[in-house]
Amino acid sequence: MAQRKPRLAVFKFTSCDGCQLSLLDCEDELLAVAERVEIAHFLEASSRVLPGPYDIGLVEGSISTPAQVEEIRRVREACRLLVTIGACATAGGIQALRNAADVAEYQRLIYPAPEQIRALERSTPVADHVAVDFELRGCPIDKGQLMELLSALLNRRCPRLARHAVCVECKARGAVCLAVAGGGPCMGPVTQAGCGALCPAHGRPCYGCFGPKENANVDALVHWWRHVQGVERAQIAAQLQNFNAAAAAFEDAARRLEGEK
Amino acid sequence: MSGETTIRVDYLARVEGEGALHVRYDQNGVREVRLEIFEPPRFFEALLRGRNALEAPDITARICGICPVAYQMSAVHAVEAALEVQVPEEIRRLRRLLYCGEWIESHVLHVAMLHAPDFFELPSAVELARLQPAVVRDALALKKAGNAIVALLGGREIHPINVRVGGFWRLPRAGELAELARSLPAARERAEALVHFAASLEPPPFPRPKPYLFVALRHEEEYPMCGGVLSTSDGRSFDPGQFEDHFLEHQVPHSNALHCLLEGREPYLVGPLARFHLNFAKLAPTARALAEAVGARPPRPNPFGSILVRALEVLHAVETAQEILADYRQPAVAAVPLAAKAGRGAAITEAPRGILYHRYDLDEKGRILEAKIVPPTSQNQRTIEEDLRFLLDGLLGEDSDLVRRRCEQAIRNHDPCISCATHFLRLDLERVEEVP
Repeated sequence: MAQRKPRLAVFKFTSCDGCQLSLLDCEDELLAVAERVEIAHFLEASSRVLPGPYDIGLVEGSISTPAQVEEIRRVREACRLLVTIGACATAGGIQALRNAADVAEYQRLIYPAPEQIRALERSTPVADHVAVDFELRGCPIDKGQLMELLSALLNRRCPRLARHAVCVECKARGAVCLAVAGGGPCMGPVTQAGCGALCPAHGRPCYGCFGPKENANVDALVHWWRHVQGVERAQIAAQLQNFNAAAAAFEDAARRLEGEK
Repeated sequence: MSGETTIRVDYLARVEGEGALHVRYDQNGVREVRLEIFEPPRFFEALLRGRNALEAPDITARICGICPVAYQMSAVHAVEAALEVQVPEEIRRLRRLLYCGEWIESHVLHVAMLHAPDFFELPSAVELARLQPAVVRDALALKKAGNAIVALLGGREIHPINVRVGGFWRLPRAGELAELARSLPAARERAEALVHFAASLEPPPFPRPKPYLFVALRHEEEYPMCGGVLSTSDGRSFDPGQFEDHFLEHQVPHSNALHCLLEGREPYLVGPLARFHLNFAKLAPTARALAEAVGARPPRPNPFGSILVRALEVLHAVETAQEILADYRQPAVAAVPLAAKAGRGAAITEAPRGILYHRYDLDEKGRILEAKIVPPTSQNQRTIEEDLRFLLDGLLGEDSDLVRRRCEQAIRNHDPCISCATHFLRLDLERVEEVP
């Protein structure tokens, strides 16, 4: 008897759709993947929706409304393995910038009738609400990492995902070190690899879109920027508070920087 | 049929973002059509306040993973207008090349993977690939060619990192451009094949009693992308800086997206149909000739035929990319120098789904005091609701499965990007037979 194909589901919470689009952007692999799995729930790509349970659930987006707090629990129950994909799902996303602000004020700024809008005070990572089995970082995720993850899960092995800093990728591709060569405040030393050191290779300081690496010493980097490179506090704060603003290592460092004033 | 029928589709599939449709009708006609957008709000305009204007292209790109280049292009043009800087023609051409990549990638995604399955009554491109393997494989290759342009100019396909106010971080190398140029003849053949495929599809008849009011940019020399005058199909034209004087946003109770109306009352349509209608003569030569050959001249009022217009725009974008590469001159600098100053700047560019407006007010340190962003889907929302109303008038006696399918398709005709509009679409098609 033929073995049942694993069932793949893709769910969206608060996000830009870019990370799930990464799957459709795997032009060379997409049809092969579709042969190996049953795409059971992927609203962006298919109007056929099969009920759970699912073997692999990919979750994009942060939790930012009262309804989503309930929905993510249902998704967790329906998925054997739950994988969060991208900066919104793993760290709250750019919309987590509101966590330090007054949401009611934000609503008044944009909507004439803010009472019709339902949004939580904070935009939070999925792992704050339910157990997560794997995560893919990045804003957006890297297609290569996505294929590695799916391939590993389908072949019942552990995915090989880098946990080291962007710096290692920079050295590997022979890019000039911007942190040393005076190219501006580069987040590479505290940011998890996965992008292939894209920004530094374009002469641009890393802006941390893959979020903090394991055991990142953000304070030391902030100290170096401020007291050796003379970077302005506002620019440092902006570097820490962008696409992974609610990642603990970046959020805490930003708070300490604020406290130093 | 007695009583009232409510059709409700909770999650509209094959659109970008989260939304729903709610339709209520009885034997006398349509009572209510509501396109509900429940994509959670992300408050971009609020969180931009206080940020450095140079961050606007990277932050606003995150509004949409499907068309990040459009956000980056409108943002850089608006901030450059506020700072009163002009970029050299060579930089402008590279930006158009990047934009061609996004038009190809985004349109092919919609044509082949989101919209085409409707014409075969299939749930997705995966099933279409079993029926029409060559079409889907070629489309994927074509989409990849568009993504290759974005990746070369932008560093990566989604949320490019190489765009900056004033130009680029790094200019592409001659060898990289030459390699890209060598890949495009194959892409052009595939784009022509996609046009023939789209032309072979039979759109359902849709006699719209009220013609569309089209709005698109018009440029003296180019089929519009970056730059030009805002024009309407009834002969009005506006400078992009006057946009907010004439295009007014309203909040409606059933949507997290703001509706935008011309002069506060007129629904209008932006996107491929509007551009095609207002700029047909400016299409690249092969695209225009092929449009004539397959009988696709404007006016083309049937929105179910928009798939063909999108395919023609793909061919146009491939051809334009080839032209830009053939005349390429390397810019003297990757980016022009900038100086912070107070001011206001607005810009409109043609995102794949239509005009995208950005406006920024800056303080003397170049920080954003106020930001205003009007994406294409919020502009089209009212017109899509009108389409559904007219469509339903002709379908009242039909089976509710057909009604539901047709309604979903009618929404996909306009490739709504709901992530953009709130910055998904739930389609509420619920049939309730009431026994009198």
